[in-house]
Amino acid sequence: MAMARAYGIVTPAGGHIKVEGMDEFRPISAFSFLGRYRIVDFPVSSMSNSGIGRIQVYVSQNPRSLAEHLGSGRVYNINSKRGKLQLLFNQDSRVNEIYNTDIKAYLDNMDVIERMHQPYVVISPGHMVFVQDYHKLLEEHLSSGADVTIMYHKVNDADVEYRNCSVVNLNRQKGVKSIEQNTGTIAERNIFMDTYVMSNELFIKLVHKAHDISSVYRLVDIINAENESLDIRGVQHKGFFATITDFKSYYDTNMSLLDWNLSQNLFRDEWPIYTQTTDSCPARYTMDSSVKNSMVANGSLIEGTVENSILGRGVHIKKGAVVRNCMILSHAIIEEGVHVENQVVDKWAQIKNIKELVTTPDKPGYVRRNDIL
Amino acid sequence: MKQTTMLAMILAGGRGSRLKDLTNKVAKPAVSFGGKYRIIDFPLSNCANSGIEVVGVLTQYESVQLNSYAAAGRNWGLDSRDSGVYILPPREKADEGLKEYRGTADAISENIDFIDNYDPEYILILSGDHIYKMNYAKMLSFHKEHKADATIAVIGVPKKEASRFGIMNTADDGRIIEFQEKPKQPKSNLASMGIYIFNWKLMRRMLLADMKNENSHHDFGKDFIPTMLKEGKSLYAYKFKGYWKDVGTIDSLWESNMDLLDDDSELDLADASWRIYSEDAPELPQYIGPEAEVGSAYITQGCRVEGKVDHSVLFTNTTVGKGAKVVDTVLMPGAEVGDGAKVTRALVADGVKIGAGAVVGSAKSEEVLLVAEDIPGKE
Repeated sequence: MAMARAYGIVTPAGGHIKVEGMDEFRPISAFSFLGRYRIVDFPVSSMSNSGIGRIQVYVSQNPRSLAEHLGSGRVYNINSKRGKLQLLFNQDSRVNEIYNTDIKAYLDNMDVIERMHQPYVVISPGHMVFVQDYHKLLEEHLSSGADVTIMYHKVNDADVEYRNCSVVNLNRQKGVKSIEQNTGTIAERNIFMDTYVMSNELFIKLVHKAHDISSVYRLVDIINAENESLDIRGVQHKGFFATITDFKSYYDTNMSLLDWNLSQNLFRDEWPIYTQTTDSCPARYTMDSSVKNSMVANGSLIEGTVENSILGRGVHIKKGAVVRNCMILSHAIIEEGVHVENQVVDKWAQIKNIKELVTTPDKPGYVRRNDIL
Repeated sequence: MKQTTMLAMILAGGRGSRLKDLTNKVAKPAVSFGGKYRIIDFPLSNCANSGIEVVGVLTQYESVQLNSYAAAGRNWGLDSRDSGVYILPPREKADEGLKEYRGTADAISENIDFIDNYDPEYILILSGDHIYKMNYAKMLSFHKEHKADATIAVIGVPKKEASRFGIMNTADDGRIIEFQEKPKQPKSNLASMGIYIFNWKLMRRMLLADMKNENSHHDFGKDFIPTMLKEGKSLYAYKFKGYWKDVGTIDSLWESNMDLLDDDSELDLADASWRIYSEDAPELPQYIGPEAEVGSAYITQGCRVEGKVDHSVLFTNTTVGKGAKVVDTVLMPGAEVGDGAKVTRALVADGVKIGAGAVVGSAKSEEVLLVAEDIPGKE
């Protein structure tokens, strides 16, 4: 299969991207998504579905939940002999965050990168939600003869959203002129998807070169700087696309997928999204329950009212409780008579003593993991 | 190879013909149950949770689906180095040709070579068509304590139903004095659950004798257990308390699914200390639409509910359309209820489509309706 010619890299979000509260406990790629997924499931499943069997997932902070979740990679349908899902660590600098670049992570693991047999590499981020056939992307890369192929997604709200993202400026032949920070001044933009295809040889060369030029250079910086000497092409992505770059975008992206038709754009029969199973039993709804427009993961027990919400595995909504516009992550408990609105309630939390926890949808609240309120 | 203390053999060869069209294409142990499970997940998970590492699954009838399903030992955690699930259909042997299993005991006899590989001290015989959670390690402790030759798990059943079962008459210490297969006048209410522990050395000897006995049906209930009693072996009854159901008919299969809806159901599948494992479907969490009404229900991932669901169990990838009403019903995997359709007191088989506006089943019917073919919609 042609795709055995590439291996995959899943990168962590840049150091400038923060999700207040949630990321104290895990990297963005390990965030719970739509009740039963983690964000990393999207790039890893896409790679696996594209025939990529060797995948490296980079992590620099709080690796516990990501390590636990990815396991041996078997759930992602990766061949246990010919394939391998590797979790690669690097030590973040505590001196200054600007040193914590993807280039540093690659250099820390250069021995592994240099030993890869596959002549090409596909790099994709662990903090963006989309599916992509990388087999097709590699074919396009090869047939165009480009040195580097990157992906972008066309949006018309870059002035209000995608603030922590980069944008791609293209010439008419889809050649990349430059990649720059989204300034939020223009609505119609090509958002850079932090996704690259190139030969492993060029990749290694660029990593070293970036480091030689500046200790704070990122891969995107060296690509930008080499724009004159390299043939860099852009490929447009179509379909569902979201970036998790702050708490609001995390909440909004999840909520947006309560629209069934939109969700079908991301979850397609022929393109399964794999995730770890916990062998929870089906969800149980009692006589007193009332549930509308919600996604409910297995293992949940619903005795109260749930509207426009996402319930993770093993969530318990007790009698008389009202949950609206919320993400209740795994194993959280909403006690009897409690009213919760526009909140992200992290794993194992329990809302009990506070009878009303309500904010507005534009400013969703956050309840920390394990907390009792 | 590490010696195995107790090896389990699951009898999964029966057709389960009283399940009618449900078992046309699959053996009974592979029939779906409880939203996301198959019946055989229960004995397999019980084995895994009881610390049994090697499980043989004896298949015969329509075994393609069952074989491929049960072979994935990792689904139950039965995939470490000394562990595994082994599918054992009838084999062609040198000088003998292909022989089908003549009975439950014969299925074990024909696999003596497989069992010898593991050199076990005890053999646990299970049936692949019961819904229950049981710790076999406790039963083995009982078996050892009583220095029994065989131990049979029994459960108290209502006296009036006792004539449907194999009934054990026991002495005060639990020793079995008499075994009656489906007696007209039962002397006790202790029914055999079809779960046996045997000492392998003795069993092996007796199986070899049974194979040669031309008058034997080679069946545990009819021949093997009565012979043991006749020969004065010490057989003990191990009393099990808890949920146990033979889901052999459409009604009992439906009822057992409905039991999951009770607040204080004895069959608690949410208990994290004794999970029932199954194959995971790569599907979205269940989606409950804006106009849906969900009353008492048991629903699993991949389902989509846009209409009304009351007192029902929805299996993987079922859909209930807008304005549809599903009441007292089991929807097996992939079943679809079209917009405005009404389904009452029914068991809808895998992948069956009920067209928009169709009306199926009735609250008053004595028997649960099995819907095994697509129902056209009404304009």
